[in-house]
Amino acid sequence: MHIDRYERMWITISGGLLIVFAIALGFSSVVLGVRLPGLSDQLLPTAAAGPHDINEGWVRQLAPGRYEVNMRARVWNFNPGEIRGPAGSTVTFYIHSEDIIHGFKIKDTTVSLMIIPGQTAKATYTFTEPGEYLFVCHDYCGAGHHFMSGRVIVEEL
Amino acid sequence: MAATNVAKGVADAYTPPVTERKLSLAFIAVGFAHLLIGVLLGFFQGLEHAGIDLYAYLPLIRHYYQGLSIHGVFNVLVFTTCFIGGFLFFVVGRGLKRPLESASLGWLTFWLSAVGVILVDYTLFTNQASVLFTSYAPLQAHPLYYIGLALVVVGTWLMLVISLRTTFAWRRENPGQRIPLIAFGANVTLIMWTMASIGVAIEFVGFLIPWSLGWLPGTDPLLMRTLFWLTGHPIVYFWLLPAYISWYFMVPKQVGGKLFSEPLARLAFLLFIPLSLPVGFHHQYLDPGVSEGYKAIHAFLTFAVFMPSAMTAFTVLASLEIGGRARGGKGLLGWVTKLPWGDASVSAQLLAMVLFSLGGVSGLINASYNMNLVVHNTMFVPGHFHLTVGSAVALTFMGVSYWLVPYLTGKRLFSKRMAAWQPWLWFFGMLIMSRGMSWMGMLGAPRRTALGSASYFLAEWTPPAWMTAIGGVLLTTSGLLFFINLFGTLWASPKAAAQEQQVPLAEPYEENGTLPNWLDRFTPWVTTTAIIVLITYGPTIYRLITDLDLSWTGLRPY
Repeated sequence: MHIDRYERMWITISGGLLIVFAIALGFSSVVLGVRLPGLSDQLLPTAAAGPHDINEGWVRQLAPGRYEVNMRARVWNFNPGEIRGPAGSTVTFYIHSEDIIHGFKIKDTTVSLMIIPGQTAKATYTFTEPGEYLFVCHDYCGAGHHFMSGRVIVEEL
Repeated sequence: MAATNVAKGVADAYTPPVTERKLSLAFIAVGFAHLLIGVLLGFFQGLEHAGIDLYAYLPLIRHYYQGLSIHGVFNVLVFTTCFIGGFLFFVVGRGLKRPLESASLGWLTFWLSAVGVILVDYTLFTNQASVLFTSYAPLQAHPLYYIGLALVVVGTWLMLVISLRTTFAWRRENPGQRIPLIAFGANVTLIMWTMASIGVAIEFVGFLIPWSLGWLPGTDPLLMRTLFWLTGHPIVYFWLLPAYISWYFMVPKQVGGKLFSEPLARLAFLLFIPLSLPVGFHHQYLDPGVSEGYKAIHAFLTFAVFMPSAMTAFTVLASLEIGGRARGGKGLLGWVTKLPWGDASVSAQLLAMVLFSLGGVSGLINASYNMNLVVHNTMFVPGHFHLTVGSAVALTFMGVSYWLVPYLTGKRLFSKRMAAWQPWLWFFGMLIMSRGMSWMGMLGAPRRTALGSASYFLAEWTPPAWMTAIGGVLLTTSGLLFFINLFGTLWASPKAAAQEQQVPLAEPYEENGTLPNWLDRFTPWVTTTAIIVLITYGPTIYRLITDLDLSWTGLRPY
């Protein structure tokens, strides 16, 4: 099978470029620590009973600067819908849906999750800059989808 | 400038029988009738994002999400499938130069699809299926919606049956010959799609239909998503490959060139069979409950399916260059200006290619899971796919229609002047709109959201929202120019002279090139695909089925 010289070069360059992209992707995971949600069976928040029942929405402090949030998503709100904490806090979100598929994206952060009924969505983020962070549902969930949002308020120390 | 695509001295003896031409035309007409409605609703969506909510003035459409469901389902399910059905039936018959096996089975396919489409239309227009293109359970639609879509899918399987039966009959009549290129491309398209469609077939028939009828207590949302995306990504290649049939095997002829490399063209098509399927998890990067390892494998395979498109870029450009130089083009890029840009069928498809290069790059961004974290489910995604399915596919199908509809009807194109403007308006409209969408997405605006009414709309989204709206207005204008021309050709155009009735079919540049046997066989590729899908999907689907959780009842919050 004859392949033109230039075409061979083009294929080599294209393939090489894609391999470079794949390596960059691996680098971002292994070295920079970019992680995706994985299997969700063992992600439930550490306290699963009493005042910290996972069927309720709550925020609790684990240690100075470390918070855990159990969030409930349903049409068309998040519970809790407002979360406050000091700058520098590391917050772990556990989110469950009560009805249909929702999304959770905190603007200007790397937190972006699908909230799928029956699964636990988890993400951790350190809020270094004070300010108001908008979070929205970013998957269609019915006629009021565009009202489903909330805020993380990061206060100055 | 015009009429340069008429072949000289090439024996073009075969014309498909009247019933087959009518069959193709019927499919194409149903497809474009739906695209018209889809395009018009797009106009309202663009304006909505800029804060101009006109839904109250529309008949039948109650809100943004009902309109968006119709926009998505009509444009990428009904229009694409119907146009592809009509086009591929034509391509198989014309490519093999023999009647289809059989035309009556083709008409059965048409009526089956038509019934399916009517059910989909009815449930969408009555706001009983505002679940968007993805139909994510537990969001529930009327059972007739799922049944209608299932019928459309069964119709596509019949297309494969007809295509293969015709090809096998041709093989018996022509032993030892290679399948002609366009018919080869049609078979690859339908084989890949049929394998890919197994995901939604199981999802709809096994779960969503019985669940919506109340025969199942609930559905498993993650399993439904996984089955959906098993089909939901390869479906984009079902849309794209018919456009590639035109780019590889027809456009070169229209510009006076030749197909640069026949073996690589065949190889690129065949590679789409195994590489299209094992990539669906790149739509589920942010799903809890799917392991990171399989997500990474799907990420790398998504890069791999970029390869046949990279090969396409070279072969198609080289084929065009042969044409441009034959027309007197000199220098490194002088041949580009010599291409027959005044021929709307050519300019539409060349501009579709340019837009597709941007769509391909933004697709690589989506597929990179680190960047996906930033753009997932934001407006960046519609910014991407309007450059692919909304340009590479839709604009190419319009370009093909500029010669195909006159060919099938025996009539002149209604207006060459309108046709000349239309692709350019689409091109600039799309550049503006998709730039607006991508920009808005990078600023964190969610997709598939009535942003104009959103309680959290941010001031920084206003400039890109206006770009989106303005681009949408240009696209709607372009669409109207196309539809006036199409319906004018069907109903108000005179008969054409015989020499205008040519099918552009490119010859290979190297006439006697040898070709290995495996480039003219489908079975090895099908087997390879089945194995790859088992490896990349098997364990996840097995786990989800063993953990099946049917406790999630349906909700219709629309």
